[in-house]
Amino acid sequence: MLDLYSPGTSLLHRLPPAAKMLAMLIGATLLFLNESLPITVAATLGILALYPIAQLTLKQAFAQIRPLLIIFVLFFAVQWYFSGLELAAYVVLRLTALILLASLVTLTTRSSDMIDTMTRGLRHLKPLGVNPEKVSLAISLALRFIPVLAQITREVREAQKTRGLERSVIAVAMPMAIRAIKMADDISDAIDSRGYRS
Amino acid sequence: MDTTASRGLATKDIVYIALFAALTAALGLMPPIHFAGAALPPISAQSLGVMLAGAVLGSKRGGLALLLFIGLVAVGLPLLSGGRGGFGVLMGTSGGFLLVWPLCAYIIGYLMEKDTAANAIKTGLYVAFGGIVVMYAAGIPWMAFIGKLGLTKSLTIMVAYIPGDLVKVVLATIIARGLRRAYPNL
Repeated sequence: MLDLYSPGTSLLHRLPPAAKMLAMLIGATLLFLNESLPITVAATLGILALYPIAQLTLKQAFAQIRPLLIIFVLFFAVQWYFSGLELAAYVVLRLTALILLASLVTLTTRSSDMIDTMTRGLRHLKPLGVNPEKVSLAISLALRFIPVLAQITREVREAQKTRGLERSVIAVAMPMAIRAIKMADDISDAIDSRGYRS
Repeated sequence: MDTTASRGLATKDIVYIALFAALTAALGLMPPIHFAGAALPPISAQSLGVMLAGAVLGSKRGGLALLLFIGLVAVGLPLLSGGRGGFGVLMGTSGGFLLVWPLCAYIIGYLMEKDTAANAIKTGLYVAFGGIVVMYAAGIPWMAFIGKLGLTKSLTIMVAYIPGDLVKVVLATIIARGLRRAYPNL
């Protein structure tokens, strides 16, 4: 399955997902409550130090930040111009720390384990009308549908190419959407006919 | 079976919810569209999934479809455009824009349910309200808060995205109306 997980055997890999998520939420809240630059620097370095402990490289840590580099530069420049260097450094470092912390959980936890933990957690929401079995069904269907939708798009685009319409967004999107709904109808009939009780 | 829980969702509803969560993910696979050269940031097609889910599925199912999508992103699946995923993105600068998606779809669906006979222009306005106004109303303060930027500055950054979002509103309106015509009792 497609996943951002990085395999390993460290303590962070072995911790239960729920504990990691809780620790991350507490850590993120503390980062927001703290207003001092030195503490933010220390927190960033501390989180960075957890990467080797979790058998992750600093390259992997940087890869988490890379997609945001442009927005970081932009934020830094705007803050520096309007509010001075210290606040600019504080804001960007706090963001960096936050993302490194959250990525640490993502990198050391399999999506499937995380999904299991969440569906187990959903049981407590049963009194509110949440049905964990239905949620599990929706999750597995959604993951299966992603490649199927990509395939349908390819087929429709090829069909429209023969008509010279492959560049028209609507001429591709419309038949694709109709085929996707038709597929969904067939699948729900198939599920019901096999005796799934919802 | 107790009525409150079973009244909720039939198998068909669950399949539709999964389909539109997957659609939003599949839209993230499309390369971002560049237009107006380098003057405007590239737009991802992904929020089109939000608009479609609301306009096609209605409030409850549309909202749940996006809730499912955000849940899958949160557990670490790289479903956001550019292969991003995990809690980090949701907590980052654009987190507000993403976390509000279920509400956006819900509101679009709610408006469509209130006015089932809406013409194309009205449908477009409903989609634009949920897909642009509500999304920005959550995303911009979030960006201002996370980046300690101030609302006006955050707003200025986001203005560049409005043309792309308007294109998506038009597309979502056309597709949703076409689908509703093809399947009147979705």
